[in-house]
Amino acid sequence: MDITNLTITEIIDGYKEKKFSVSEIVSSYLERIEKLNPELNAFITLDAQNAKKKAKDLDSKTPNGALYGIPLGIKDMFLTKGVRTTASSNVLRDYIPPYSGTVVNVLEEAGAISLGKLNCDAWAHGSSGENSDFGNTLNPWNKERVPGGSSSGSAAAVAASLVPFSTGTDTGGSIRLPASFTNTVGLKPTYGLVSRYGVISMASSLDSIGHFSKTVEDSARILNVTAGADGYDSTLAKRDKENYMEDLKKEIKGLRIGIPKEYVSDALDKDTKQAFEKSIKALEELGAQIIEVSLPNTDHAIATYYILQPSEVSSNLARYDGIRFGKDRSYFGKEAKRRIMLGTFTLSSGYYDAYYKKAMQVRTLIIKDFKDAFEKADALVAPVSPTPAWKFGEKADDPLQMYLSDLLTVPINLAGVPAISVPAGFSEGKLPIGIQFIGPHFSEKLLFRIGSQFESKTEHYKELPNL
Amino acid sequence: MKIDVKKVSKLSNLTLTDKEEKEFDEQLNDILHYIEQLNKIDTTAVEPTTQVTGLKNITRSDEHIGGMLPPEESTSGTEKKHNNMFVVDKLVETNE
Amino acid sequence: MSYETIVGLEIHVELSTLGKMFCRCKNPTLADKPNTTTCPTCLGLPGALPYTNQQAIDSCVKIALALGCKINKDSFFERKNYFYPDLAKGFQTSQFLHPFGEHGKLEIEVNGTKKTIGITRVHMEEDTGKLTHSRLDGKDVSLIDFNRSGVPLVEIVTEPDIRSGEEAKEFLTRLQRIIRYLNVSDADMEKGHMRLEPNISLRKPGETKLPKYKVEVKNINSFKFVDKAIKYEQKRHEQLLEEGETPTQETRGWNEFKNKTVSQRSKEEAHDYRYFPEPDIPPIEFTDSQIEILQTQIPELPDERRKRLAKDYGIKNLDAEILTREKAQADYFEDMVEIGKRHGIKATKIASYLINKKVDVKDTPPASVIKQIVEEENIETIDDSKLEQAISEVFEQNIQAVKDYKSGKNQVIGFLIGMVKRALPEAKDNDQIRKKLTEMLE
Repeated sequence: MDITNLTITEIIDGYKEKKFSVSEIVSSYLERIEKLNPELNAFITLDAQNAKKKAKDLDSKTPNGALYGIPLGIKDMFLTKGVRTTASSNVLRDYIPPYSGTVVNVLEEAGAISLGKLNCDAWAHGSSGENSDFGNTLNPWNKERVPGGSSSGSAAAVAASLVPFSTGTDTGGSIRLPASFTNTVGLKPTYGLVSRYGVISMASSLDSIGHFSKTVEDSARILNVTAGADGYDSTLAKRDKENYMEDLKKEIKGLRIGIPKEYVSDALDKDTKQAFEKSIKALEELGAQIIEVSLPNTDHAIATYYILQPSEVSSNLARYDGIRFGKDRSYFGKEAKRRIMLGTFTLSSGYYDAYYKKAMQVRTLIIKDFKDAFEKADALVAPVSPTPAWKFGEKADDPLQMYLSDLLTVPINLAGVPAISVPAGFSEGKLPIGIQFIGPHFSEKLLFRIGSQFESKTEHYKELPNL
Repeated sequence: MKIDVKKVSKLSNLTLTDKEEKEFDEQLNDILHYIEQLNKIDTTAVEPTTQVTGLKNITRSDEHIGGMLPPEESTSGTEKKHNNMFVVDKLVETNE
Repeated sequence: MSYETIVGLEIHVELSTLGKMFCRCKNPTLADKPNTTTCPTCLGLPGALPYTNQQAIDSCVKIALALGCKINKDSFFERKNYFYPDLAKGFQTSQFLHPFGEHGKLEIEVNGTKKTIGITRVHMEEDTGKLTHSRLDGKDVSLIDFNRSGVPLVEIVTEPDIRSGEEAKEFLTRLQRIIRYLNVSDADMEKGHMRLEPNISLRKPGETKLPKYKVEVKNINSFKFVDKAIKYEQKRHEQLLEEGETPTQETRGWNEFKNKTVSQRSKEEAHDYRYFPEPDIPPIEFTDSQIEILQTQIPELPDERRKRLAKDYGIKNLDAEILTREKAQADYFEDMVEIGKRHGIKATKIASYLINKKVDVKDTPPASVIKQIVEEENIETIDDSKLEQAISEVFEQNIQAVKDYKSGKNQVIGFLIGMVKRALPEAKDNDQIRKKLTEMLE
């Protein structure tokens, strides 16, 4: 069975029309994983036996649940009870958690079937996937290039059709960047919409729990399941449940979409600029009103982020001492050690005011930038990365260079606003290029609407890598 | 300002090799130099943001207890245990 | 040379909530087997997050109000970062910059002298796991039980206003009493519900600035030992100061078997806790009306009650103090006084009865105790013939009154009861006198 371009919607329809069974779907995906994963290295733990068992069980029941019988891959930052969870780090190489987090539980309750755990940068520290202790994940579109990080395996798995969707985390761009590099849809929800309970914390005030899919429609369907307060994560807003699929077919005529001028500077490479301009034209053809806005403190975002994030990281990784679980701290990789030390320094006595407190203040300015922009525009559109995927090793030896690749994604995390990365074309060398739609807090419905209209018009999602 | 890698690694409970110390010294001070640009920004009278959600008073009532792990599961993460207690080498000083 | 002793106290109180501070685990008892009242949050497992117990915050604020503190209406939790095996997360969720309560006071009285001890702060935090020491396979090891990890703790810090072991004991006694009256903790030192650390230093008399050093003493588990430890340190510091040395700023442990403090070889440098606002817990904000409501939930506190009982019931100050040591006993006393009024039993009699006979206030209804007193007084006092004789004499001396009663003025009986009691002081039971009078007036 050809599953390479199946979306969740199509699988659901297929089940309804009895085109195939859950067991058939699961087997097909497992077969494809067996064929392609050894090279791509997207999955680092496979849960095939459980998946087959669950599929059989679901086939014997009446379908119910919004994601009934839909296979998925889970980024290895999400705890899965009884199934190895490593954060892609040697510290947790053999760790089997006694509990699963909220998102894993609700996806299971909705009928989704996990096929296994996906590779990522260790502790979600990275923009390319090269910081994993379990080896690199390859970009399905070009095996010499990075898939983007930190959710490297999550993006590659969907791009290579190893699963129709996967979970991810976005703290500084870790969903949007790999989505952009792999021609997939990556959602970073509003901070405070999806529960972080049961996901290994990277930077507590920045971590956003999201997912990858082939289409925007699929993405909305998934958010319908994962969004909402759970009584375990104190940073979740108590809001009425929304139906994120409601406005997918609504036109975007007259909608004001702003381009932040600081995001389209000369830092963008030729291919990215071209793809972006073509995308703007498409939006205009859909009737959107394109305006220019300014986010004046954009230049300070990386510095702000690389003070706040390592500070919180240094505290969040303090529990890994090898006493109650995992190995001792000597098993941390270089990037983890760097961030822990940087964060310890910026919080330490005598330096707190100059670094951490200062960064918190600049964060206030960045938040205000977005607030002001959203008075003029309903949503913003911007590139995700100044360039498409780079080659393995190109930036790996220069941590600061690596950090600078986050400059178009990090401000969104500082403001806590939602953003979705949607396929926007390809470079001359057939490397995917994405664009992101950014909205005010809790405006996911609007973002899905714009993204859905855009993808229906441009149809980049229909392209598949040559595997 | 400069990061004293030896001092900070101790504070972070990390042991570094001499090679790592040298490497990190250069890289960390490089990064520090970059992030110091924030000093140029005028933030007088700007409130620091600690919570981007604007939420307050997220608490639970004390009425129900639950969610405790069975005893084997609370210590399932390690082999180093005795009578279901975690084991470490004897500490020189007590914290109490 | 005689030095002045400067002591500040740091007290930790375990609250008696149902669940823990940041998770729904049961607040454990000593009977719970190791690591059976734990969950991902209090074990510090990957991915776990805190969810705050409102009752614990309310109890902390009540303690702060009872100690006369100003409540910070905008408050938040902070992470206190340090590494220790009993600290599961590698940080303790606590408060630093904005404690719930600040700038309070507690009045004590030692040897007839009243004195006010300043309360610097009252804040909320969580307890750590417990370490015990053992020997396994020939090695010295420490065993960790996280049952206690995450239990709500209130930290109370005093100003360095205490000047002696006696003052410290008196302060702690009164503090414990207040906490028990509030019903927020059993505050039982033996069970570890209340822990304390004095900070001790000495200075030359006449000096107004605080000494440049202070010694913290840990491992004290009774009020008696606080006194002893302070006295020991007084001697030790004095000796060093006389020799021209300044005592080392350090942490020492009290050894109750050897009756001395021992240096704990801790780091000379102060811990760098790298406090920063807890990102996983939104700030806590109080309205004025919320604080008022909590204030109304605070019962009459021990000191006020003691003063009132002495004044209203005319009992001795010492008796009032004994009766107000436990709220249940003070409540019982006042219940008894109400009932006793109907039988002419004086409050002072009730007070001394309660104190001397050690009545079990939990199981004995107050009315039955009054009955006992009445019976005892009856046996003590008059027999029937003696009473009759006294009444006859009263009739002879108060002919008009008898006439008035017989002509229908029933209220005269009150006057006659009074006359009988004056004539026969041992006659205490009004009911008995009234009965006999009525009988003899027919």
